[in-house]
Amino acid sequence: MDFFVDFGTMFWEYRSYFLTGLQYTLWLAALGVFFGFILGLVVALIRMSPWGIVRFVGHAWVEFLRGTPMLVQLMIIHYGLSYMFDINFDPIESGAITLSINSSAYLAEIFRAGIQGVDRGQSEAARSLGMTQGQTMRFIIIPQAIKNVLPAIGNEFVVIVKESSIVSFIGVTEMMFQAGAVQGITYNGMLPFLIVAVMYFIVTFTLSRILGRFERRLQASDNR
Amino acid sequence: MITVKDLHKKFGQLHILKGIDLEINRGEVVVVIGPSGSGKSTFLRCLNRLEEPTSGEINFEGELITGKNHNINKTREKMGMVFQHFNLFPHKTVLDNIMMAPIQVKKQGKPEAETKALELLRKVGLEDKSKAYPSQLSGGQKQRIAIARALAMEPHVMLFDEPTSALDPEMVGEVLEVMKELAMGGMTMVIVTHEMGFAREVGDRILFMDQGVIIEQGTPQQVFGSPQNRRTQDFLSKVL
Repeated sequence: MDFFVDFGTMFWEYRSYFLTGLQYTLWLAALGVFFGFILGLVVALIRMSPWGIVRFVGHAWVEFLRGTPMLVQLMIIHYGLSYMFDINFDPIESGAITLSINSSAYLAEIFRAGIQGVDRGQSEAARSLGMTQGQTMRFIIIPQAIKNVLPAIGNEFVVIVKESSIVSFIGVTEMMFQAGAVQGITYNGMLPFLIVAVMYFIVTFTLSRILGRFERRLQASDNR
Repeated sequence: MITVKDLHKKFGQLHILKGIDLEINRGEVVVVIGPSGSGKSTFLRCLNRLEEPTSGEINFEGELITGKNHNINKTREKMGMVFQHFNLFPHKTVLDNIMMAPIQVKKQGKPEAETKALELLRKVGLEDKSKAYPSQLSGGQKQRIAIARALAMEPHVMLFDEPTSALDPEMVGEVLEVMKELAMGGMTMVIVTHEMGFAREVGDRILFMDQGVIIEQGTPQQVFGSPQNRRTQDFLSKVL
């Protein structure tokens, strides 16, 4: 019983910390999801380009981003670029960029699987009607591809929310960082992290609920 | 209307089409028959370059469509195609399936495209299905919609690639009926099919293909009645 009282008391006492953290986490996740989605789609198309050299660039992008830790990528973008090329980002910018390009690699692979999973007859039918390659992709292939891989996309979105905690390393005051701050103030090594654990869970659970609903709506055309 | 000269198609080492020469006239219904693997579908798919010919020339309405700089999309607007597996767009309603190309390719306004689509649906006897999704339709209905979708572009020629081969037997008739009406309306048609009765009834000219060449051609009476080539006789004795 005491535990829940402590839990509530700490949350209430340091609510401004936790809520600021929540705000930044949501921002980071939203930016990561949005730009990761768009960039991922672009990279997926690049990976299926008819030109070998273009495909190679897409392939290298995916392999590098999947094959190195996101923390290392964050350091390169935030400190490395500043040191080497004098390109300086705010911590929040570096965080959003890292999340976006990192998730773009995973999303690109998901999209590619989805696009290649659409029956070839679909593009043949569209092309036989005089539609261009671009129109076929946009109106026929990509909508079906996204629908087919929506569960995997939702999974990646949840990952983005959780991985945003890494950005605390460069001092963005998102939830993980704020939990550390509250720990520093209270010397309580457990409760602040339990509080943000619950908060992370609420965010990701809500997100997967929303995506689940969206998925069901897209399945309207499957009803027999 | 369509002139094909010395058309070849190879898939790697596999020589599928070994020199096809053919002239198709406006309003003609040409039916291509022959055993599986004879190259009839490949030939049909070369006509709108869904399959890229390895060599040879195809002229369509006085234009060389196998030329390097030819915009094939423009040609495809005038060549409708119907597939064995329908290939309707499953994420679109029947109406949207039909209106898609007129709106996106021909830049028709939505009201105009819709009027035309509903008219076509009436023509194929499915006006009550305009709001349905393809998954809610039977095979025969799907194929009739696919025909309507191709017709919405007001093509000058229709290519049919085994349009009834994937259908349950009881649904073949309804699709052939629509095709027959189309033929009687004066549409130029090239049909690859195994429906010999239909070929005989509707075809102006029958082509018999085997191993990548046209072995024999002529009116249905000639080809079905008194086939000259041994292989044609052989094939017909098996399927008739």
